[in-house]
Amino acid sequence: MTALDELLPTTSVIVCCGAGGVGKTTTAAVLGIEAARRGRKVVVVTIDPARRLADALGLPGGLTGEPQRIEVGAARDSDDSEGELWAMMLDTAAMFERVVRRHAADPEQADRIVANRFYRNMATALSGTQEYMASEALHELHGDDRFDLVVVDTPPSRNALDFLEAPGVLARFLDHRVFKLLMMPTRTGFKVLSVATQPILRAIGRVVGSDVLADAVAFFQAFAGMDAGFRQRAEAVTRLLRAEGTRFVLVTSPQHEAIGEAIWFADQLVDQGFGVSATVVNRLHPTFGEGTVADAEGRAGRAAERGDDDAAALWRNLAELRTVARAERDQLAPLAARVGAAPVEVPLLASDVHDVDALVQLGGHLFTG
Amino acid sequence: MSPEAPVSNESPLTDLATSNVVVVAGKGGVGKTTVTAVLARAAAAAGRHVLVVELDGKQHLRRLVPDLEVRHISAADALEEYLNDHGFRRIAKRLNTTGVIDVVGTAAPGIDDLVVLGKIKQLERSGTWDLIVVDGPAAGHAVTFLTSAAGLLDAVGSGPVRDQAEDVLAMLADPARCSIVLVTVPETTPVNEVVETAAAIEDRVGARLTPIVVNRFDPTEPLPDPGTVPFGRARAQVDDARDAARFRRARLAVQAAELDRLRADRPERLILLSELPVAELTPDHVGALSDDARELT
Repeated sequence: MTALDELLPTTSVIVCCGAGGVGKTTTAAVLGIEAARRGRKVVVVTIDPARRLADALGLPGGLTGEPQRIEVGAARDSDDSEGELWAMMLDTAAMFERVVRRHAADPEQADRIVANRFYRNMATALSGTQEYMASEALHELHGDDRFDLVVVDTPPSRNALDFLEAPGVLARFLDHRVFKLLMMPTRTGFKVLSVATQPILRAIGRVVGSDVLADAVAFFQAFAGMDAGFRQRAEAVTRLLRAEGTRFVLVTSPQHEAIGEAIWFADQLVDQGFGVSATVVNRLHPTFGEGTVADAEGRAGRAAERGDDDAAALWRNLAELRTVARAERDQLAPLAARVGAAPVEVPLLASDVHDVDALVQLGGHLFTG
Repeated sequence: MSPEAPVSNESPLTDLATSNVVVVAGKGGVGKTTVTAVLARAAAAAGRHVLVVELDGKQHLRRLVPDLEVRHISAADALEEYLNDHGFRRIAKRLNTTGVIDVVGTAAPGIDDLVVLGKIKQLERSGTWDLIVVDGPAAGHAVTFLTSAAGLLDAVGSGPVRDQAEDVLAMLADPARCSIVLVTVPETTPVNEVVETAAAIEDRVGARLTPIVVNRFDPTEPLPDPGTVPFGRARAQVDDARDAARFRRARLAVQAAELDRLRADRPERLILLSELPVAELTPDHVGALSDDARELT
């Protein structure tokens, strides 16, 4: 049993985190496929817009912002034929609009906000918005009866806290004194005056222009009264992230920099009381047997002395690949020591991952149960 | 292969650094930082006065090129400095500046990227260095980063932001002042990504693209088919050697196919940097990579 085998039957949320380019999305997909084959009704939420995953999952039209059902082939066990796999791509703007409509007092308030240019900028420009919407999607899907497991692939980040603190992003934003000022109820005719008399607003206006500032002011005024709802929701999402059934899987590659970042992520998760339930190391070079680099080099030397160039080339190749495999495993030692459990190792495959079969093949390395 | 070995005029790396500023961009994990270090190393070895700029995060470059000047520019710090220079210093004392930065950043999306580019432009205009190598943002973000100036020019009618955007656009559009080095590795997804990014930069940024750098290229000669190689009297580990050969041949086939695909999709020349059998690069490795760079012919 690997640490991941133990997660699949009991967990209701799995958060995959790690730096960019380490195979987080692929890992999330493999976890989803395996959970479905074991009878779970699982939805995988990805933020990766790469077509490759959609292609590999057999979705030529690409992933959309709504969950789509995916065929994963035969269940592992005929008793577990209830399993289902769904996948969706996070649509930050659509999700944000849904959140606004949920909290708005009436459709007119929501329309005013959604039409505002400052609001539209938030989805792309306010740092943490993507993480915030990923956590909202997680909460929404967790409450959806169609699913009993949500696997979420977090946005690439250097900082694990970006995701963990995301639910409070907007609440903190609204808490700021500048915006309290902007949200003060104004009577018609007094708005311009209040902007003009606030030095901080005049300063912002000088830098970004008065039109842009007017949009911001209009946004905060339209938003008035909604902040309590946002705050309560942020608390609910934070509770879900800290719930017993929510587990964190740390994903890394065997390169030095990626491992350094993984250790930093692990420290943050542990310090904040979330913990790391499993660590996955993707794309490790295989070791090719129990022999050493010196074994292979010795054999290469003797073959060359005999004038057997082809055999010498193959022994040299074995020595080179073992050297890489050894160096990668040496890099992993500090990470294993930090998280207190052996990482789940996923080998670099002879070819790139293109289809469900390759994802299932990867699954063979992540699970044994 | 010492780091001090002069780079001959034939080094293909010379063609990557013909402008005052080069921005190195590529998907996470392809080795952007390595390529930044290698370019800086090669230029310094050729006698140029080089500044290395790293953006948010990481800070690996000081370790990779310990003898070169490295500056760190953080978007948050650059924006705060910019706001302070534009009348916020007195007001911001009484306020938590992060909140102000959030509202300004949201009101004018891309302003954080613009002020970073503005700082780079300022360093370039100072004339202190022959070459500034920027370890740029990840590929998806590279296009956003580089289009920030054009976007703000549309959004902001007048004032200091508009002036800044115009100055930055002038730098990006001038091939003598700025060019973009895209980095990839010879695998499917990174090649797809670099093709998309190159097209987006052509269409939306209008900056000059240098030859593309293919990092982690495996330079091994084709291996003989393990099925036909006799191993003599050897028995032990022969299966391991055969498995290893099949694995390497398959990876080399992927590499060849991806390089063909990249060549078919992009007009730029391709510069290859070899994969080194180490997990952690040292300054000596950077020197070796810089001496070893070659063009795919």
